[in-house]
Amino acid sequence: MGFLDYFRSERRASASVAKERLQVIVARERSGRGGPDYLPALQNEILEVIQRYTSVDDDAVKIQVERDGDCEVLEVNVTLPADH
Amino acid sequence: MARIVVVTSGKGGVGKTTTSAAFGAGLARAGHRTVVVDFDVGLRNLDLIMGCERRVVYDFVNVIHGEANLNQALIRDKRVDNLAILPASQTRDKDALTQEGVEKVLEGLAEEFDYIVCDSPAGIERGAHLAMYYADDALVVTNPEVSSVRDSDRVLGLLSSKTRRAERGEDPVKEHLIVTRYSPSRVGKGEMLSVEDVCEILSINLLGVIPESTAVLNASNAGMPVILDEKSDAGQAYDDTVARFLGEKRDHRFLTDKKGLFSKLFGG
Ligand SMILES: Nc1ncnc2c1ncn2[C@@H]1O[C@H](COP(=O)(O)OP(=O)(O)OP(=O)(O)O)[C@@H](O)[C@H]1O
Ligand SMILES: [Mg+2]
Repeated sequence: MGFLDYFRSERRASASVAKERLQVIVARERSGRGGPDYLPALQNEILEVIQRYTSVDDDAVKIQVERDGDCEVLEVNVTLPADH
Repeated sequence: MARIVVVTSGKGGVGKTTTSAAFGAGLARAGHRTVVVDFDVGLRNLDLIMGCERRVVYDFVNVIHGEANLNQALIRDKRVDNLAILPASQTRDKDALTQEGVEKVLEGLAEEFDYIVCDSPAGIERGAHLAMYYADDALVVTNPEVSSVRDSDRVLGLLSSKTRRAERGEDPVKEHLIVTRYSPSRVGKGEMLSVEDVCEILSINLLGVIPESTAVLNASNAGMPVILDEKSDAGQAYDDTVARFLGEKRDHRFLTDKKGLFSKLFGG
């Protein structure tokens, strides 16, 4: 990698960082969409409760409402760290 | 049947009004009877961008309240046949537009026009909701920048749930992406999201890419939709965009840096 490329790749980072951040936030916001308005608050509180007992990442709780025939199913997924 | 096209974005200042004026003028120039409706209650600006601010007598809200009929409120463009605008009201009453009122006005316009282009206000509140509610097509105007892309995604969510088509379970609103203020040289340097990045994140059909251009400011100074500046890059990009909307196949232009190797090497 040449001298000029060095500066290039540093700069290139900014747009690709933007892209990665957007992909994460957009995916998260899409998953909460269409569900009841209380979902984000519920998700946060569940996360807080779990973090009281064990240390998990801030994005460890995934929550969504699925329609199954006549029923709505609230699906909560919690990812625990590998060393558990 | 008239088609209702909303120009929307969520984020403010990304180029909705510029796009509404250019797109409306382009449709009219192609022979379609077109009206551009300003939904930005309290912040009327479309009239200035289209150069007819001194001819505004009545507005959208006057028509809703029955203080004027559509013909009195519509302003016919002097340069382009088949083009009219319906100005927004300058009232500070944010609730001046009612759902029934908007529906009645759109029905009236549908009798005379082929295309009704709705210039949405920024945000996702009442005004933006009413502007998109009756839409058949949506032009989602996005700048290659994080907050604009995120807001566009939220708007896409609203288009698929909070519109009449969605509520009635009809065919969904047709979504088209317009990336504006695009700067290929900054994309080349990795400072700006590329069109491909934006398309990948939003995953909707790309209708047009409008370059960052001094022609836009010049056109707005003159009160002329930039598409009428046929020599300008932005004008040509909007012309391509309208042609694609009408079904023509055209390659995207202005996607690469027009600067030479010299400035590339030395980071001009
Ligand atoms: N392609 C472009 N190149 C350069 N400047 C542009 C371009 N498109 C829009 N602008 C400028 O950006 C500013 C905002 O544009 P415009 O008023 O069309 O945005 P808007 O989305 O309608 O804003 P608002 O949300 O306030 O209604 C204006 O100053 C306009 O001249
Ligand atoms: Mg505007």
